[in-house]
Amino acid sequence: MSLELISVMGDAGVPANTPAPSLAPEQLLEIYRVMVLTRLLDDRAMKLQRQGRIGFYVPALGQEASHIGTAAALTADDWVFPSYRDPGIALLRGVGVVELLHQCYGNSTDHTLGRQMPVHYSFKKIRLVSISSPIGTQIAQAAGAAMAMKIRKEPHVAITYFGDGSTSSNDFHAGLNFAGVFAAPCIFVCENNGWAISVPLEGQTASATMAAKAEAYGMPGVRVDGNDVLAVYAATHEAVERARVGHGPTLIETITFRMGGHSSSDDASRYRDPKVCEIWAKRDPIDRFKAWLEGKKLLKVAQEQAIRDRCEQELKEAIDAAEKVGPPAVSTMFDDVYATRTTQQDEQWAELKDALKRGVVAKGHHGEFPL
Amino acid sequence: MPVMTMVEAINDALRVEMRRDPRVVLLGEDVGVKGGVFGCSAGLWKEFGGDRVMDTPLSESGIVGAAIGMALYGLVPVAEIQFSDFIYPAFDQIVSEAAKMRYRSGGEYTVPMTIRTPIGGGIRGGHYHSQSPEAYFAHTPGLKVVVPSTPSDAKGLLLASIRDPDPVLFMEPKLVYRTLKEEVPEGEHVVEIGKARVVRSGKDVTLIAWGGMVGMCEKAAAKCAEEGIDCEIIDVRTIVPLDEATILESVKKTGRAVIVYEAPKTGGFGGEISAILAEKAIEWLEAPILRVTGFDTPFPYTLESVYLPEPGRIREAVLKVVRF
Ligand SMILES: Cc1ncc(C[n+]2csc(CCOP(=O)(O)OP(=O)(O)O)c2C)c(N)n1
Ligand SMILES: [Mg+2]
Repeated sequence: MSLELISVMGDAGVPANTPAPSLAPEQLLEIYRVMVLTRLLDDRAMKLQRQGRIGFYVPALGQEASHIGTAAALTADDWVFPSYRDPGIALLRGVGVVELLHQCYGNSTDHTLGRQMPVHYSFKKIRLVSISSPIGTQIAQAAGAAMAMKIRKEPHVAITYFGDGSTSSNDFHAGLNFAGVFAAPCIFVCENNGWAISVPLEGQTASATMAAKAEAYGMPGVRVDGNDVLAVYAATHEAVERARVGHGPTLIETITFRMGGHSSSDDASRYRDPKVCEIWAKRDPIDRFKAWLEGKKLLKVAQEQAIRDRCEQELKEAIDAAEKVGPPAVSTMFDDVYATRTTQQDEQWAELKDALKRGVVAKGHHGEFPL
Repeated sequence: MPVMTMVEAINDALRVEMRRDPRVVLLGEDVGVKGGVFGCSAGLWKEFGGDRVMDTPLSESGIVGAAIGMALYGLVPVAEIQFSDFIYPAFDQIVSEAAKMRYRSGGEYTVPMTIRTPIGGGIRGGHYHSQSPEAYFAHTPGLKVVVPSTPSDAKGLLLASIRDPDPVLFMEPKLVYRTLKEEVPEGEHVVEIGKARVVRSGKDVTLIAWGGMVGMCEKAAAKCAEEGIDCEIIDVRTIVPLDEATILESVKKTGRAVIVYEAPKTGGFGGEISAILAEKAIEWLEAPILRVTGFDTPFPYTLESVYLPEPGRIREAVLKVVRF
């Protein structure tokens, strides 16, 4: 099995070995815009977290190409089972940044009603399945969705995203094994960013590569420069084409780097040398894509600035909008646990409501919660 | 005596035991170089090295399964599960394997292993960084379940757990991790497993709690005292084995019981305590046994403070049983 790193743009030490995918200029610029928007959202959200305006955040800094470039190779009918570090997928599939911010604020406009921590999005309208914290669970679920697509003879694919650390989870094994056995149209994207919180890659696997694991499950495994958005697109496009015509799953390992801390709760300087970040900063996926677009005369300086300005404006408006909305009503806590509430839940809510009305319960983080 | 937080007391207990017993090893995600996501194992990797403090791959079944193997072979492993919300991939290893090894091998093989894991709300962690899953595990013969509520007990009970001949699930309330400081004895300090603690004595009502809810009961009791109601508080400390004697003695004295726990009400361990009181103390009861608990919903993010039992709701229950 070839484990050569797929590269379109080339990079110091990595020769370009794959032709650029045939994407229209508008498509290329749209991918670029979403990468920039994701970067700006990241920066702003980390600041909001530091200011105590949102409770938590997971930066995707440095991994924009890896998740946005892969997702760009899908159609709207395909299903996505992402991890918590892939916000650009929702943006690329048409969700407004304001919707992400409502979720991060956990307010009453968030259609998941502040039930989960920030960045644990869920958008059925774009076939993006609810993100959970437990590592690896989405991998087996994606295999199942892909099996269902095959059973129904529909030409869609399921794609799932997970980190290098996640390859140690039980569900990584289960998911790849099922997809392999049932030849399911599933694309497994391992975003190898070198770290699982404080544990470096070599503490996770003794395998030379993550892509090599594909062989054991009877599917192709490819390695791609995860900071080269066009290479990532090309690798995914090929895998999707195979899956759509019944040739089964693929494991794609994107080689990238987690430039920030694991999350807003983590201080990476406690366990890794900041110097490695300098090396990776030179391989920044947005800088490289920008240079490539400029070289092809597809992006002018003024145009780039206009894209940034628009993203900034959209973000500013989104933050203003999300800040204005209050917390969800307490009653909503009991909704959606089951299709209909149990008698026990009814009784618990009645008691709680009565206590809240009488001012018995202490005020919450946002002040008074509406009933 | 040094003053410590619960995190520091746990760290101290691990250090004391690792220095005393070379068989003790730590393993888990981020426990080594980083010293644990909450800092419970800070400095230990430096002091004892990578053979005794192991950063493992990201697999809870791997962590617990490997710890079982180490224990069978003669080591004394202390495994960390980063959050109890992530313990479920290891459920099989804990429930089917660790808990049943002694029984199924006719006592030949034993698993003297401790699994440390943070539980409960209080850090705005939503569904997956807030759960209190003690009841699932209390339902497993062969496994001990310990939940300290103070720094000093955390140290004493952790030392007892590591030295216990059976597997112990040691659940650490995040709500208390850094909020409570107290004097903790240096060096040796063992608190016996299976003994509840009378936190506050009183004559009118018995409040029964564990972990993060003990502090909530203390606040509620202080409020009730202003209103002339004298609460006794029992910190259960070990869910399994349960110190029924201390609980029964208290309830027979006060005639009233309010049980407080963070987990969803249905199927929570407080139901078991309530059943024991109904079986063994019904003649002494002056009022129904009440429970103040989390709700039958996943643990919410924004509405965390409404979900968690707090002094206001506890006081309400106290008034109810006193006025019954
Ligand atoms: C089952 C489980 N165990 C532990 C955790 C805690 N945890 C959250 S993220 C993480 C590291 C994940 O690393 P990786 O899969 O490489 O993804 P990355 O964060 O690098 O994107 C850990 C240990 C968890 N969420 N779920
Ligand atoms: Mg990683």
